[in-house]
Amino acid sequence: MSAADLTRTTAADLAHRLSTGEVSSVEVTQAHLDRIAAVDGDVHAFLHVSENALETARQVDADRAAGVALPELAGVPIAIKDVLCTIDMPSTSGSKILEGWIPPYDATVVARLRAARMVPLGKTNMDEFAMGSSTEHSAYGPTKNPWDLERIPGGSGGGSAAAVAAFEAPVALGSDTGGSIRQPGAVTGTVGVKPTYGGVSRYGAIALASSLDQVGPVSRTVLDAALVHDVIGGHDPRDATSIPDQWPSMAEAARRGLTGDVLKGIRVGVVKELEGEGFQSGVKQRYHETLDLLAAAGAEIVEVSCPHFEYAVAAYYLILPAEASSNLAKFDSVRFGMRANVTGTVEDVMAATREAGFGPEVKRRIILGTYALSAGYYDAYYGSAQKVRTLIQQDFDAAFEKADILVSPSAPTTAFKFGEKLEDPLAMYLNDVTTIPANLAGVPGMGLPMGLAPEDGLPTGLQLMAPARHDARLYEAGAAIEQLLEGNWGHSLWSQAPELGANGLATALGSNGGAR
Amino acid sequence: MSEITPERVAHLAMLARIALTDDEIEKLTGELGAIVDSVAKVQEVATPEVAATSHPIPLTGGMRPDVPGQTLTTEQALAGAPDHDGSRFRVTAILGEEQ
Repeated sequence: MSAADLTRTTAADLAHRLSTGEVSSVEVTQAHLDRIAAVDGDVHAFLHVSENALETARQVDADRAAGVALPELAGVPIAIKDVLCTIDMPSTSGSKILEGWIPPYDATVVARLRAARMVPLGKTNMDEFAMGSSTEHSAYGPTKNPWDLERIPGGSGGGSAAAVAAFEAPVALGSDTGGSIRQPGAVTGTVGVKPTYGGVSRYGAIALASSLDQVGPVSRTVLDAALVHDVIGGHDPRDATSIPDQWPSMAEAARRGLTGDVLKGIRVGVVKELEGEGFQSGVKQRYHETLDLLAAAGAEIVEVSCPHFEYAVAAYYLILPAEASSNLAKFDSVRFGMRANVTGTVEDVMAATREAGFGPEVKRRIILGTYALSAGYYDAYYGSAQKVRTLIQQDFDAAFEKADILVSPSAPTTAFKFGEKLEDPLAMYLNDVTTIPANLAGVPGMGLPMGLAPEDGLPTGLQLMAPARHDARLYEAGAAIEQLLEGNWGHSLWSQAPELGANGLATALGSNGGAR
Repeated sequence: MSEITPERVAHLAMLARIALTDDEIEKLTGELGAIVDSVAKVQEVATPEVAATSHPIPLTGGMRPDVPGQTLTTEQALAGAPDHDGSRFRVTAILGEEQ
């Protein structure tokens, strides 16, 4: 098969072809490196492309030829969000303050990818320290949305989502603190999962807000996300918040969803508070069409009310800055990262370094968090936000009495244009109104493509949420819903992504602009 | 209205060890004022009888067995440092002259 075909298929299909010897990992890896070379000048999904990818692939091919038993995804390339520590590649978290920093260890999830013999392709762009919804806060310039290069790819994980949407990688890793996997998924027509808090190790993930951060998979199909989740998930003694439970196979759950009749009788809870004002008409239209399809497939659609979700964004923008201001204290110009070339005491050097090394959004949130935690304000702000967290958990508990999964749009709008919300932090924060509740409560959430909005031809996303520890339920239902939607469209959403030309212009494939 | 003043922002910046410029302080004062007014909404429902949640999934324990683990070597720990002498991080003076 041609090199282009190797980039336009799924990780599951590549794994199968690799296992039969139809293709080699070197061929698959080279095809993706060629694609990166061809389009990443325009997309800018990658901050660093690995020099070791082909050698890693060669070793997998050699072991396969020698008859070594290999894991399912052996030889399949993967992109890694720059928030994750990699011992052989710079890890900057999108910040100037970590420019060129090569960590002395791998994040646990990266170590697990390597143990699964996957091939790291490189590091993907992100908003600085994962603070943002557009990648416009990256110190290294924004990533472009492959569906329209003048629009944002979502954030903070816009690089991972764009890499997968632009066929530069079959799968990627992201991190999700308030929607940084699911919102980019929505606006780039890709799949992304935020696992149950504690389901995937945070060791070696450069911390933003430790009680909210989760690492998860980014892909073009639900099954591919499940395969990656199985590789990275499970208990890690190096993360004190890692859940010690045994987990079922997410890939098995996804395969059950693809082959079984799992939607019949499933109770789908429609969260009343996550639609309406602020939601784009085409997003609402695709959402209601999807609910109709689910009902026709035998699902029981029930309305649920989560009255405290309207306080979620406010609580989030207290808890996150508070935790971030503490986590980012480690950038002290002493142990790693940049040091400003000024004279004075160590504190003078530290303050000058942080002034020069942090971008405006990071400074904004550190100052806000310092305020929320300061004496005299702690109870009014941080303490109150933690109480809202309890109320949101109670909302989820009540909703899951009535429903097996909850649904909402993954993002209120399709991709917006660069600069549109950059000068209005509060407007930017509202991008995550649908995704933040799951982080506050610790429950798992999945975003998957829901069709193109009629008014602008851009992707919309459906979010599924399940009770904590029930990630497998998302994969089972998600795979079935993906199949239902693709059956209705007659194709996958990603097959309709525009071609990216050498001239840097995205041109639409086909005359109907994709899924309708 | 919030109590975010330029003086307060300057004080918070000192606490956070960020040498903000005067222009940044002025811009942040307006932005943070608007953000704080907005997030203060949490106080509407955070009544005394509601318990606070600090951690989404309650876990107990989390202690590992008390045996030596795999740790970084001195060389690895210093590898990313802006300045060091081979065994220690090197910094400028800890105390200013007036201290």
